[in-house]
This record gives sequence, C-alpha cells and structure tokens, in this order.
Amino acid sequence: MIDDLAMVLGSSVRLTVPLAFAACGEYIAERAGTINISVEAMMLGGAFNAVWGASMTGSASFGLLFGMLAGLVIGFVHAEFSHRLSVNTYVVGLALNALVLGLTSFLLDSIDLTGHQVDALNIPVLSDLPLLGPVLFAHRWPAYLLVALIPLVWWLVQRSRFGLELRAAGENPQSADVTGIDVRRRRRQSVLLCGVLAGLGGAYLAVGEVGAFNQNMTAGRGFVVIAAVIFGGWTLRGTMAGCLVFGAADAMRLALPALGVHLNSQLLIAAPYLLALLAMMFLAKTHRQPAALGAPFVRGIV
Amino acid sequence: MTSTSGTLISEPPPAVAAPEPVERRRPRLADLGTPLLYLLSLSTALALAGLLIALVGQSPWDAANAMYDGSLADGAAIGQSIDQAAPLLLVAVGSVIAARAGIFNIGQEGQLLVGAAVGAAIALFTPGPGPLVLILALLGAAVGGALWAGIAALLFYWRGVAVVISTLLLIFVANQAVSYAVNSPSLLREKAVAGQVTTSQTDMLAESVWLPRIGEYPDFNIGAGIFVALVLAVGTSLVLVRTRLGFRLRMLGLNPKAAHRAGVGAVLVGGGALLASGAFAGLAGGVMLTGNGHRMQDGFADNVGFDGLLVALVARDKPMLAVPVALFFGALRAGGGFLSATGVPRYIVAVVTALMVLATVFPAAYAEVRRRRTAGAA
Repeated sequence: MIDDLAMVLGSSVRLTVPLAFAACGEYIAERAGTINISVEAMMLGGAFNAVWGASMTGSASFGLLFGMLAGLVIGFVHAEFSHRLSVNTYVVGLALNALVLGLTSFLLDSIDLTGHQVDALNIPVLSDLPLLGPVLFAHRWPAYLLVALIPLVWWLVQRSRFGLELRAAGENPQSADVTGIDVRRRRRQSVLLCGVLAGLGGAYLAVGEVGAFNQNMTAGRGFVVIAAVIFGGWTLRGTMAGCLVFGAADAMRLALPALGVHLNSQLLIAAPYLLALLAMMFLAKTHRQPAALGAPFVRGIV
Repeated sequence: MTSTSGTLISEPPPAVAAPEPVERRRPRLADLGTPLLYLLSLSTALALAGLLIALVGQSPWDAANAMYDGSLADGAAIGQSIDQAAPLLLVAVGSVIAARAGIFNIGQEGQLLVGAAVGAAIALFTPGPGPLVLILALLGAAVGGALWAGIAALLFYWRGVAVVISTLLLIFVANQAVSYAVNSPSLLREKAVAGQVTTSQTDMLAESVWLPRIGEYPDFNIGAGIFVALVLAVGTSLVLVRTRLGFRLRMLGLNPKAAHRAGVGAVLVGGGALLASGAFAGLAGGVMLTGNGHRMQDGFADNVGFDGLLVALVARDKPMLAVPVALFFGALRAGGGFLSATGVPRYIVAVVTALMVLATVFPAAYAEVRRRRTAGAA
C-alpha cells in the first residue's frame, strides 16, 4: 500500500517538474501582459533540441542547454513579432505552435537521434526516508534546480526593480510608459525568459524523464501550463500548486489502471482544462489577472 | 492649407507642420511598397522551407514536383485540393465573423470535433431517407459547434472569462469528450460484428448519407462541400458589408463604446457572432465527416480547425479573400499526401503553412511600424 502510494506520488512529482519549469516562465510572461500560447512550441522545441544536442555532444546535460536555447529562439521570434512589430500575440503563438510541431516532426523523421538521459541524484540519507524519500529525494538532478528557481522567480517578479517594471507593463502599460519604462522591451524580455524556462521544461521532459524524443512529445503540456497559471490566479504559489494538481492527474491516469482502480482516463486528461475554466468562472472576482493581460501596447492608444 | 494639395512637386514643403510626413529620406525596405514586400516575404518563407529540405539531404525540387503532382497536376489532384479546401474555408469564414465583431475565437478545432460528433450521432442513429438525414446531420453539426462555442460565450458574458482562453481550453475538453464518446460502446463506438474486434472509431456512415460527389472517380471529382462553403462565404461577405446586422457587427468590433452608445447589443451581436463562428466550424466537421472520412476516429480533426483559423488570418478577415487562401492551403494539404514517395516527411507542409502565415503578417506590421516611426520623427 505504502509502495503504491509512493509510486503514484513519486510519478506525480516527476510529471510536475517539467510543468513547473515552464510555468515559472509563463508566469513571468503573463505578469508582463502576454498570454504566451507559444509556450507549447517552446516546450516542444526544447524537448527536441535537447535530444538533438545530447545526440551531437553525447551529453544529456548539454542537451538541457540546447533545449533552453531552442526555447530562447522561439521566444525571440515571438517577442519580435508581437512586441516590436505589434502582430497579434495569439496569431504569432498559433503560427509558432504549428511551425514547431511541423518542424520537430519533420526533423525527427529526417535525422538520427540517440537516446540520452541525465543522471539521477539520490540525496543521501533523505532518500532513504520511508515514503518521502522516493517521492521527493530521488529524482534526476535538474529537478532539484526548481528548489532554487522558484524563489528566484518570486524575487525577480515581486522584489526586484526589473520585476516592478515588468508588472507595471502588465498592469497599466500607459502609466508605465509615461514614467519612462520601456513597456515593449520589458515584455520582450519576459517572453525571452519564458522561452528559456519553457525550453528547460521541455528539455527536462525529454532528456530528464523519458530519455528520447517522440513526435508531439509535449502533447499539449504547454496548454496545461497556461491552465496552471490561470488556476493559480496569476500568483506563483498558486501556479505551482496548479502544476502539482495537474501533474498528479497525469500520474493517476498512468498509474491507476495498474493498481486496478478504474477512473475515466479522458476525464483525467481533461481535468486541468476543466479546473482552469472552473477557477476562472468562480474565482473571477477574487483572482485578479494582470489588468492589461493580452492587450497589445501601442504608445498613445488607450 | 487645403489648397496646397495638387501636383506642385517642385514647391518646397510648407513651413507649417504638415499632417503628412515629408517624403524625403533615405530609401527603406518599406518604400518598396506593400505588394513587393509581400512577394519578398513569401519567397523568403518558401526559400527557408526549401533550404530545410536541402539541409536534411533531400531534393527540394523533387518535393515541389510531388506537391504539384498531388495538388494540381490533373483533374483528380485538383479535386483533392478543392476537397481539402472546403472545411478550411468554412472554418475561416466563421473565424472572420467572430473577428469582425472583435471576438477572437481560437477554439475552432474543438468546435469542429463536437460538430462532427453530433453529426455522426445523427447520421448513424436517425432513420429516414438519406438526403433528409444528411441535411439533419449537417445542421446538427452546426448546432453542436455553436453550442460548444456557446459555452465560451456564456462564460464571457456571464463571468467575464476571456474568450481566447476559454475557447483554447475547451479544445482539449472537446478532444477528450469526443474521444470518450467514440470509445464508449453505448455511445458512438462501432458496433461489434461477430468475430471482429472493435476499435475506437464509429461505424461507417450509410452510403445514402454521404455528401454527393460531382464528376467521375479517376478524373476530376469533388464533393459538394465546397459549394456549401462558397455559398456561405459569399453570403457572409454580403451580410457583413451590405446589411444592417453586418454594419452593427463591424461597428461592435471597431469601437465597442460607440457601438454601445448606438444601441448595438454586445451580448446579442457579439455572442451571436461567436456562436456563428462555432456553427461554421461545426459544419466544417460535418462536411469532413459526410464528405471524406465517413467515420470518426482518432485524429479526425487533423488540425483543420487551426489551419482554417490561419486561413482567416492570412486573408485578413475578408471572406472572399479567404477563398483563394483556403484553396492554396488545401492544395498544400493535398500535395503533402504525395510527399511520402520522395522521402521528404509530409510534416514539411505544416512548416510551409506556418511560415506562410508569419510571412503574410510581417509586411503589413512592418509597414505600420515604419509609418509610426517616420510620423514620430517628423
């Protein structure tokens, strides 16, 4: 019984980690006012490039860097199109999602990739704890980066000058602009950061958990990440809780049949989206989204 | 000030700040003019795709030839392209209606699936003469798509949930809901025949409820779907431009405050536009079901909802412009089917499509930025 529980919980955490990396990025982008739907493209591109990089260099850890780079490039294209050229951000996002899905599938069929996986790191002593040990302290090493990343993102957004300007760009870009904040630059930077983190999330999925790349590997996880930010009411704490809930739903879908429990798998897959919709429906008054979320900024136009 | 406008080119610019920026500066990319910029931008996109194919060691010319064979070479290929274009055009026209009302519906993929599932249920389980059941199935598909979009409309006008987000999330709910229906023996899953294992797909529709086809099989032949799509595209264009309803809808999209003052009901007109766009997507699903696949299975939607939305974006929200764009995208899809023989993965079609979209949004946006910058500098 304890073993089963540890297995489901452990796999929940494993499936949460890629979401959490990407959600940190999406959280930053949304606080600056971009609903970045190309986060799916960033994760998928990150996953592919990580495996490609690992195949070329022979090192899964270098693969992580390649994954972050892919996310950065996609973020750059998105940022230039939507926050320099002022193209509708959803248009750019849809096009990038289609582009990256097509491109990764195309390259997967065209080049040879070898599987690589980063090393596991069992924290000494702690990983021997009953239940908690295997659930929290026996993961692939990049997972532990989250321990530093989450406080860092919180500090960056809530306590740094950069974060203040970033939030101003998302709350009231016109006022931010007249106080001398370069709104579009902050928004571009936030999308770039999102690209790096989402790329890392995708890379972790590929070279961290699975060790290979499959066609459309992320399978909508980017959209789950968007759902997590909404579910969390645009707070980092809530976003991470959302990732955990959605990771657990994913884990239960995979684990429950083996344990002889029958829960509708379609319902579990749809759960993140349903929960995000319900959260927006019933918590709309208390959950305050960034006031200028999704609105393009053009100087002088209110 | 007004009298100076004329053909006096040699006259020095007036000392008073003119409303138009003075046209005397270094030539820029934007001065090429928008058509040329489009040409440049689109050829860059195509060149990138060709380069990609060459980089993985295949021949771009072979790929282009195969695409041509599959989409334009003979009557049958042209028919294929037109068949592929029909649902794209339907989705695109629906997207245009919502976009013109200032509502951005990006959930067509889900609305299409729900529409197709409703259409399949009607087509499979309604007794009656074939043509009548066919019409009922298509209408049911439209209603199904509209109701699915209606959830987003309800959430928006009742709770203020952004339409973009709700329609996006509802795609994934629709995926699972339809997958559940197609997997449940009590719902749409195919009925067991003795000695056969059922898979997760619906039964084949009876031939009497298939969309009629025009032409003979080995030669040029097309389904009736494209005529439905064309009639609706023309109709939508006329309604948008020539009727009071169309005027109100465009007014709501261009300036919601002015529209409110003028008595345009945002809920009625805006919500109606969202429902209409869902209905078009649902109808596209119905056309795909009764015209091509004749049954629902995994991957039924095949990104038609997303691609149709992209058609509308490329056509810049003009229903008549959507016709050639849909035909072009349809030709790309049809040509993609012929790629497998050349060794070039068919996914290149998705790459080309997406690059085309970026290439078509670039020139206008670039020209706008240039215009704003020079206006600011003057």
